[in-house]
Amino acid sequence: MTITLDVDAPIRAVGLRKIYTSAGREIRAVDGIDLELRKGEFFGLLGPNGAGKSTTIGMLTTRVIPTEGRAFIAGIDVMRDPARAKRYIGVVTQTNTLDRSLTVRENLEFHGRYFGMRSHEAGIRAAEMLEQFRLTDRAAAMPSELSGGMAQRLMLARALVHRPEIVFLDEPTSGLDPQTRLALWEILRELHAAGQTILLTTHYMEEADALCERLAIIDHGKVLAEGTPAELKSSLGAATVVNVTFAEDPAPLLQQVGGLPSVARVEQSARTLHIFADGVQGQLAGVIALAAEHDLHVTDASSQPPSLEAVFLSLTGRDLRE
Amino acid sequence: MTTTTTTKTSPARRTPPVSHGLIQPIAALLWRDVRVLRRGFRQFVIRTIMQPLLFCFVFSYVFPKIGQGIGAGGGSGPNFATLLVPGLIAVAIIFQGVQSVAIPLTQEFGYTKEIEDRVLAPLPIWAVGVGKIIAGALQAVVAAAVVFPIVYFVHAKGQAPTVHISNWPLFIVVLLLASVLSASFGLLIGTSFKPQQVPLIFSILVLPMTLLGCIYYPWAKLAPIGWLKFAVLINPLVYMSEGMRASLTPDVPHMNVAVILLVMLAVTGAFALASLRKFRDRVVG
Repeated sequence: MTITLDVDAPIRAVGLRKIYTSAGREIRAVDGIDLELRKGEFFGLLGPNGAGKSTTIGMLTTRVIPTEGRAFIAGIDVMRDPARAKRYIGVVTQTNTLDRSLTVRENLEFHGRYFGMRSHEAGIRAAEMLEQFRLTDRAAAMPSELSGGMAQRLMLARALVHRPEIVFLDEPTSGLDPQTRLALWEILRELHAAGQTILLTTHYMEEADALCERLAIIDHGKVLAEGTPAELKSSLGAATVVNVTFAEDPAPLLQQVGGLPSVARVEQSARTLHIFADGVQGQLAGVIALAAEHDLHVTDASSQPPSLEAVFLSLTGRDLRE
Repeated sequence: MTTTTTTKTSPARRTPPVSHGLIQPIAALLWRDVRVLRRGFRQFVIRTIMQPLLFCFVFSYVFPKIGQGIGAGGGSGPNFATLLVPGLIAVAIIFQGVQSVAIPLTQEFGYTKEIEDRVLAPLPIWAVGVGKIIAGALQAVVAAAVVFPIVYFVHAKGQAPTVHISNWPLFIVVLLLASVLSASFGLLIGTSFKPQQVPLIFSILVLPMTLLGCIYYPWAKLAPIGWLKFAVLINPLVYMSEGMRASLTPDVPHMNVAVILLVMLAVTGAFALASLRKFRDRVVG
């Protein structure tokens, strides 16, 4: 097999694998991931906590050495020439890594200078970023005085100071209140509209759905499915997902529910049955009738168009939120 | 299945967003440390002045005043203040060098992981570590310089030390080696232990090193305790004190200069390499 690497791809990863050994046990944090991003693309890695998203970002950003595989940033081999690869990337890590000993403005200025900007140039660029991210009036504050949303904006501003080709965002909205999250989404949309290539990880399916042009769903260090949100959802082959929750374990019903008209597939998570159907044609009534036969009690029922959550469920048999 | 990987070469390689080179980013890392130091300048001054000031006050003022005999002994030979100066400089260097690197690292490596931004600078990881060592060494040099005015002004009447830099090249070489050695040692401590353990390391490692580092007595004077004279040779601070002695008070007995320099060079190299390796292991998973 011959793999031709496209040097124009901002990110290209082939067979990335990271195996940790802890107390004699092998932990496959990332187990053979291939990725390719197009220029200007907004790409998402969606998966639950511990799926290997952060480790994947760590390898692409030179901070984690892969056990196997290769990764290229703007055509530069990340393992062979990490110092050069780092010039093309901006990283917003999962934890707040702002320099607590420097002011807001200095965080931006020094970042620019680490990337080779002259003092004057870094000052101008820092002022631009403060303005763009609405932090100008907090320029002299210390990071410890910022709210969560402001700290997150500063982290993003800092990652952009040196005009990177690719920005990595690792769970950027986890821990933010809903309003701040929406404000950050707006900023990310604007960046994307301006042509910025973005790789984002998240375990919020609605975030992936709202922002990303293309997604890879990952679990246990492997890519389970890849495509646009619409493609992934239509891959379910169902127009509707009916969720029925019971007071008891509904396992005895599984087979019979699967045999109801226009039901494509049934998955169970905890006490809920997720029924993937081609249309709403009385499945609910059928389920309730079956439940009565088995002396089971329905406590909740809903139907909705297929979501990424349902895609994850059909791929793993597990709820993304579990 | 065999996998061959070929790379399409594009005629126009992308130009990086900003200029590069090692010097400017390292200089920026140093400037960052200077900026932080300036913000906490009062703390830095207190940390640097306190120790030599108290030493001089007790040993060169209080002791002679109350007639406590210490150190040189007898009427002939150098007074204790003279004996003390090289040792005080050595201890100022080791304390400042180790502290200025190890203490901030406990925060930067700790919960906030704020070292990450500097690790993501377009430099090899070792260069970020070298920046830390240089910044620490510069602070150690400043700490050494602070000792001179203090020993000149703080002493009892007639107890002024006779200190004269008789051999400038030797003094500068010893000063620089000692400063880099101390800062590398600080980086080694900061990267080898968990943040919570670092203060403990100061009391179980740095303090004994100081007390047994030939600060208050020349190494030759340990002759009556043969095993100790031999044992302290593993302490790098001994060579720093003796090196200062050789360049500042050559009349006081001191070790052979060639031995001092060779050992300091070897220890500095070993500490620097080991600490840079540890630093890399800590930041890259």
